[in-house]
Amino acid sequence: MAAAEFWIQRNVTLFPPDVITSIFSSAWWVPPCCGTASAVIGLLYPCMDRHLGEPHKFKREWSSVMRCVAVFVGINHASAKVDFANNIQLSLTLAALSIGLWWTFDRSRSGFGLGVGIAFLATLVSQLLVYNGVYQYTSPDFLYVRSWLPCIFFAGGITMGNIGRQLAMYECKVIAEKSHED
Amino acid sequence: MTLTERLRERISRAFYNHGLLCASYPIPIILFTGLCILACCYPLLKLPLPGTGPVEYSTPVKDYSPPSPAAGLHQGDPGERPDWYVGAPVAYIQQIFVKATVSPWQKNFLAVDVFRSPLSRVFQLVEEIRNHALRDSSGVKSLEEVCLQVTDLLPGLKKLRNLLPEHGCLLLSPGNFWQNDRERFNADPDIIKTIHQHEPKTLQTSATLKDLLFGLPGKYSGVNLYNRKRVVSYTVTLGLRQYDSRFLSSLRSRLKLLHPSPNCTLREENIVHVHFKEEIGIAELIPLVTTYIILFAYIYFSTRKIDMVKSKWGLALAAVVTVLSSLLMSVGLCTLFGLTPTLNGGEIFPYLVVVIGLENVLVLTKSVVSTPVDLEVKLRIAQGLSNESWSIMKNMATELGIILIGYFTLVPAIQEFCLFAVVGLVSDFFLQMLFFTTVLSIDIRRMELADLNRRLPAEACMPPAKPVSRSQRYERQPAMRPATPHTITLQPSSFRNLRLPKRLRVIYFFARTRLAQRLIMAGTVIWIGILVYTDPAGLRTYLTSQVTEQSPLGEAVLPPMPVPGGVLPAGDPKMDLSVFPSDPIQLSENQTQQREQKLGLETNQHSWAQGPEGKGNGQTELGTEAEVTWGAEDEEIWRKLSFRHWPSLFGYYNITLAKRYISILPAIPVTLYLNPQEALEVRHPQEVNRYHPFLSPSRGKLDAEAQPGQTSSKLQGHQDVTLYKVAALGLASGIILVLLLFCLYRVFCPKNYGQNGLSHSRRKRGDLPCDDYGYSPPETEIVPLVLRGHLMDIECLASDGMLLVSCCLVGQIRVWDAQTGDCLTVIPKPRPDGKNALDDPLENSHQLKRMLSPPQPPLFCDQPDLTSLIDTNFSEQAKVAESEPRLRSVAGRQKETGYDFSSLVGKVYEEHGTSNCRSLASLSAPHGQAGFCGAEEGGCASRRRSLGDESLMGFDKSSSLPSWGGDLESSVWSLELQGNLIVAGRSNGRLEVWDAIEGTLRSSNDEGQSGITALVFLNNRIVAARLNGSLDFFSLETHTSLNHLQFRGAPSRSSIPSSPVFSSGDVVSCQLTHTVSCAHQKPITALKAAAGRLVTGSQDHTLRVFRLEDSCCLFTLQGHSGAITAVYMDEELGCGASLGVISDNLLVTGGQGCVSFWDIGYGDLLQTVYLGKSNESQPARQILVLENAAIVCNFGSELSLVYVPSVLEKLD
Repeated sequence: MAAAEFWIQRNVTLFPPDVITSIFSSAWWVPPCCGTASAVIGLLYPCMDRHLGEPHKFKREWSSVMRCVAVFVGINHASAKVDFANNIQLSLTLAALSIGLWWTFDRSRSGFGLGVGIAFLATLVSQLLVYNGVYQYTSPDFLYVRSWLPCIFFAGGITMGNIGRQLAMYECKVIAEKSHED
Repeated sequence: MTLTERLRERISRAFYNHGLLCASYPIPIILFTGLCILACCYPLLKLPLPGTGPVEYSTPVKDYSPPSPAAGLHQGDPGERPDWYVGAPVAYIQQIFVKATVSPWQKNFLAVDVFRSPLSRVFQLVEEIRNHALRDSSGVKSLEEVCLQVTDLLPGLKKLRNLLPEHGCLLLSPGNFWQNDRERFNADPDIIKTIHQHEPKTLQTSATLKDLLFGLPGKYSGVNLYNRKRVVSYTVTLGLRQYDSRFLSSLRSRLKLLHPSPNCTLREENIVHVHFKEEIGIAELIPLVTTYIILFAYIYFSTRKIDMVKSKWGLALAAVVTVLSSLLMSVGLCTLFGLTPTLNGGEIFPYLVVVIGLENVLVLTKSVVSTPVDLEVKLRIAQGLSNESWSIMKNMATELGIILIGYFTLVPAIQEFCLFAVVGLVSDFFLQMLFFTTVLSIDIRRMELADLNRRLPAEACMPPAKPVSRSQRYERQPAMRPATPHTITLQPSSFRNLRLPKRLRVIYFFARTRLAQRLIMAGTVIWIGILVYTDPAGLRTYLTSQVTEQSPLGEAVLPPMPVPGGVLPAGDPKMDLSVFPSDPIQLSENQTQQREQKLGLETNQHSWAQGPEGKGNGQTELGTEAEVTWGAEDEEIWRKLSFRHWPSLFGYYNITLAKRYISILPAIPVTLYLNPQEALEVRHPQEVNRYHPFLSPSRGKLDAEAQPGQTSSKLQGHQDVTLYKVAALGLASGIILVLLLFCLYRVFCPKNYGQNGLSHSRRKRGDLPCDDYGYSPPETEIVPLVLRGHLMDIECLASDGMLLVSCCLVGQIRVWDAQTGDCLTVIPKPRPDGKNALDDPLENSHQLKRMLSPPQPPLFCDQPDLTSLIDTNFSEQAKVAESEPRLRSVAGRQKETGYDFSSLVGKVYEEHGTSNCRSLASLSAPHGQAGFCGAEEGGCASRRRSLGDESLMGFDKSSSLPSWGGDLESSVWSLELQGNLIVAGRSNGRLEVWDAIEGTLRSSNDEGQSGITALVFLNNRIVAARLNGSLDFFSLETHTSLNHLQFRGAPSRSSIPSSPVFSSGDVVSCQLTHTVSCAHQKPITALKAAAGRLVTGSQDHTLRVFRLEDSCCLFTLQGHSGAITAVYMDEELGCGASLGVISDNLLVTGGQGCVSFWDIGYGDLLQTVYLGKSNESQPARQILVLENAAIVCNFGSELSLVYVPSVLEKLD
C-alpha cells in the first residue's frame, strides 16, 4: 500500500504539465485524476508481468527510467512547441517517436499491447468528456480528435509502466532481502 | 568467419590499441583534447547568450516602409523575412554619433580639456536637433511630432528622475547628466564624478546610466583622464515613434552640413531591426525546471553506478564534462559551418544530454574496472575498451540511425535538433575515447598506487618470515607459508569494511580538501579582481590608456592642419553630394545649403592652399593637430552595447520589448573640432589646480625645433617602458604557467610513467591460444618454474605437499621437490658409469649429491616408517629423530595389529615392535640380504633382486643392474604418492610401491594382468582401477625385520641426527584384499577416494561410488553422455585432474598451455598464467594444488610449478 501511495505521489509530480495544461483547462480535479490514472497504469504493468510470468529484464535501472521520463517530457515538449507543417506530419512524427520510446526502453510485447490499450482508452475518455461538453479542444483536427493524443498517451503509458516496473523490482528486492535475513 | 565477426575483431583490436595509447600518454592526450574542445567552442563566442539574445534583421533604408501589421501578408520573399518582422516597431532609434576633439592641441592643456569642451558642445547640438523642423508644402513638421513621447519613469527609479527625460521626447545625450543645462555643466567642478556617480560598483549585467546617455560603451567614449587619442565620442539618441523619411533625411543633411565629417565612411544603407525574445516567466519555467530536474536525476542515477574507482566524484565530473563539452562542441561546430541555432538552447539542452547519454561512459568504466586487477593499468584500459568496443559501436550506430530517421521528418525544428544531436554524438564519442578514457586510466593508476600505499602497513605487521619480494618466491618456505595468504588478506578487508555514513564522508571530504575555504578564497580573489577592473579610475582605464598609447604617434608626425579656429574643415565634394539625398530637402533648405556648400568649398580650397606652407610654417605654438577618424570600428557602434541596453532603456518607461522589435536607423556622424580658445573658456577654475597638464611636463618656453622632437622621444621612451612592462608581465605569466603545468603534471602523472612505454607490445593473437578475450596479457608476474628432465611425454603425476612424482612414457619416475623444483630421485636410477648420456648435468649433480651422502640403511634399517609425519616440514624431522629413542623405549611390547600409516608416532613404533618379532622367513630383504630372500618367494625374486641392486648401488657404485629390462617394457599408467611411498600402476597390471627418496622398490604385486589406469592411495589402502574395468583393493602392510636390530648401533644412529628418517629397512607388503571384477564395462579413467568412499569414472559414461572398506558398490551415477575424464571430490583439496581448488574461493583450471584462476563466488576469471611461450604448448593435463598455494601441472614433457600468492592477495 505504501508503495502505491508512493507511486501516486511520484507520478503526479512526474506527469508533465504540458499535457495537463493543453488538454484540459485547469480544473481542480484533473491533476488528481491524471495522477491516479498514471498510478493505476504504473501498478498495472508489473501486475501484468507477474501474471504473464515473464519478469521484465530489459534495462532495469533507475538511470534508464530517468532517461525514459526525459524522453517522454521531450516528446510532450516537442508536440507543444515545435511548429509542424500539418497535423499528419505531427501525428506521424509523434507516433514514430512513441514507438521509438517503446523500442528503446521497453521492448516487451505486453508493454506495447498495454500501451496501445491505454492510449485507446484514454483517448476515448477524453473524447467522451469533450462530447459531453465538459471540455473543448482548442482545435480538433482529425476526426474530432487531437491526433497527437493517442501518441502522447501511449508514450505516457510506457513511461509509467517503466517507473512502475522499476519500483516493483525494488520492492521485490527488498522483500527478498528481508526474507533472506529472516 | 563472417563479416560481422571480422568487423568485430577489427574494432576490438582498434580499441585495444587505442586504449594502450590513451593509458600510455595521458597528459598529452588530455591536453590535446582540451585544445580541441576550446577550438570547437571558439565560435560560440560570437553567439549571443542563448535564450534572451536579440535577433537582427536588416532592410535597406531606401524605400523602407514599416511592415504591414497583418501576419500573413508578407511582401517580398518570405524565406528571408523573420516571423517577428510584422507591424510597426516599438520605436525607431536614431543615433547622432558625435566625435569631437580639441584641435590644435596645446601643450599646456589639462587632461580634462580633452573632454570638457567637446562635452559642452552637446547642449548646442541637442538644441539644434530639438529645434529642427521640416518645412514643406504640407506644413511644418517638428521633432515633437515624430519622436517617441515617453511618460513617467517607473516609480522605483526616483534617483534617475532628473537624468532621463519624462513627459516628452525620448532624447538622450550626455547633457542629461546636467539636465541639459549648460550652466550646470559649466559650474560642475568634476565631470568624471558626475558621470560616474550612478555607476554600479560591482559587476554590471545590464546597461548602466552612462551607457544609456552616451549611447555607446563607456570605454569608447573617451571621457577619462588618460585619453591619449584626445577624441571624445558620444551619441545623441533619439527615439522616434514613426518613420518619416523626409524629416529624418533633412535632419541628417542639416547636421552633416553643420558639422561635416569629411572622412566618414559609415555605411548608411540599412535599417537594422532588433527583435527581443520574451522574458522568461514562472509559467514558462515550470517545464524547463522539470526537465532539468529529470536531467539531474538521470545524471545522479547514472553516475551513482560508477564504482571501484579511486574517486567517484572525479569520474562523475569527468563524465559530465564529457557530455557538456561535447554539446558545446556540437553547437560550436554547427556555428562554424554556418548553422546558427534558432532553437532555444536552454530548452533543448536537457534532451540533448539525454539523447547523448552517459551510458557509454558508464559501460566503459564498468568494463575497465572489471578487468583483472593485477594486470598493468594500460592493459586493463585496453582490455576494458576492447571488451565493450562492439556494444559501443553498435549503440552509436543505432542512435545515429534513429537520429537520421528523425532528420527525415522534414520538420525544421526536429531537423535542427537532429543535426545538433548527430554532431554532439560524434563529438561525444571523440571525447569519450580520448578524454574520458584517459581520465579513467589516470584514476585507476591512482587507485593502484593508493592500494599499494594502503597495503604497506598491513605487510609491516606481518611476521618477518613472510616473503615480501617476488624473488623469494621459490625459496623453500616451511610450514608457516600456507597461513600467510589469510593473514595478509584479513587486514585490508577489515579496512575496506569500515564504511562511514555518507554525510560523514561528505564532511570528511570537505575537511580533507578544505573545499569551502578554497572556494571562499577563489571567490574573494575574483571579486577583488572585478572590483579593480571595474573601478573607473582603476586598472581598466589604465590598461585602455596603455593600449591606446600604442597607436602610431600620428600627432607628432601628421602635418599640422592650419585651420583657423571656428572654420570647419570640409569634406570632399563627394561627401557634399551625399548630403543631399532627396530633392525636397534641397528645395526647402536651399538657402542655407547653398551657403554652407559655398563655405565648404572655400575652406576646402583654403586648406588645400595652406597645406604645404603650413608644414613649413611649423605652427608649434598651436601644438599638435588632431584629426578625427571614422573607421570600421565606428560602424554600428550600438552593436557594442550590451544586448540589454534597449530593453532596459525602454523598461525604465515601462515599455516592454519582449517579443517586439525596434528599428535602429543608421547613425548620423557628426564631427566637432574645437579650437583651443573654446577649450580654455569652458575650463572650470578648480580644474586648473586639480589636474596636471596633459602630457606636458616641459611646458616652459622651449625651442621651436626641440619641442616636437623631445615630445616624440618622450613618447618613444614611454613606449619603451611599456614594452618592457609588457615583456616582464609576459615572462612572469609564462613562468607561472610553466609552474602550474608542472604542478599539474606532478599531481596527475605517476612517478614511473613512461618508463617502459609501449615496449612490451601486444603479442600476436594465436601465440597463446588460451585467450578468452582475443588478446594476450603480458608476461605475468607469476613465472612458472619449468621442471625438465623427462625424455618423453609425462604420463602421470602425483603429489603430496612436499614431493612431486611424475612419470613419463618410458616409465621413468622422477621425484621432485615441489618447492624448489629440484629433482630428488630418478627411478630407475641412471647408470652410474655414465651410460645414460641423456641425463642433463643438473640431474647428475643431484644424483651425485644423493649418492655421496652417507648411506643410511645399515644404521636405520630397523626404524619404522615415519613418512606420514613428515610430509610438510623437513626441519621438524630432526626433532622427530631425536625423540625416537624416547619413544622406542616405550614401544617395547609386541602386538599383532595392523599397520596404520596415519597413526601417531607412538603407534608407529608399536607396529615397529610388532614387526620385529616376526619370523625371518616372512621378511623382505633388507640391504645386503637379498640373497636370503631370493630363495623364498619365486614370484618376488626379480623384484627383490632389483631392490637389492638398487640399494646396493647406494654404497657400491660399480655394480651394474641387469634386471631392469622387464620393467621398462611396461609403462607407468598411474601414479600416486603418499609420504615417501610412490605407488605406480603399470600397463602390464603390475602394482609397484617405491620409496620416493631412496628410489628403491619396496613392494610389488603382479596379481592382475590388465593395465592399471588409475590409482588411489589413501592411508594404507591402495585401490587400482584396471583397464578391463575391474577394481582391486590392496592394503599395505609394513613389517620390520628383527635382524636389523642387530646391525643398528645406538651411537651410530645418534651420530647422524639430521639424516632423513625414512626407513628402507621396513618390509612393505601389498596384499590384495578385494576385487571387484566388473566394476565398469569399460576402462576406468578416473578414480578418487575420500572420506571412506571411492568414486570411479569410466568410459562407459557412468560413475560409481564404492565403500572403501569392503568395496561395496553404493551408487551408480548415470547421466553423462560421454566417457568420464575427470572426477573431483570436494573434501580433498586440489585433486582434480585439470581442476583444483585453492583456498575456499579460488578455482584453478587447466587450459591449452595455461592455467586459469577463477573466483568461485563470482565466476570471474581472475588471471590466466601461461606455462610456456611456444605456440605448440600442450594442454595442462593435470593440476595438483599444493598446500602452500602452489600449483603443479604437467603439460607435455614438462612440469610447471606455479606459485600464486598474488592471486590470493588480490582476492582478499
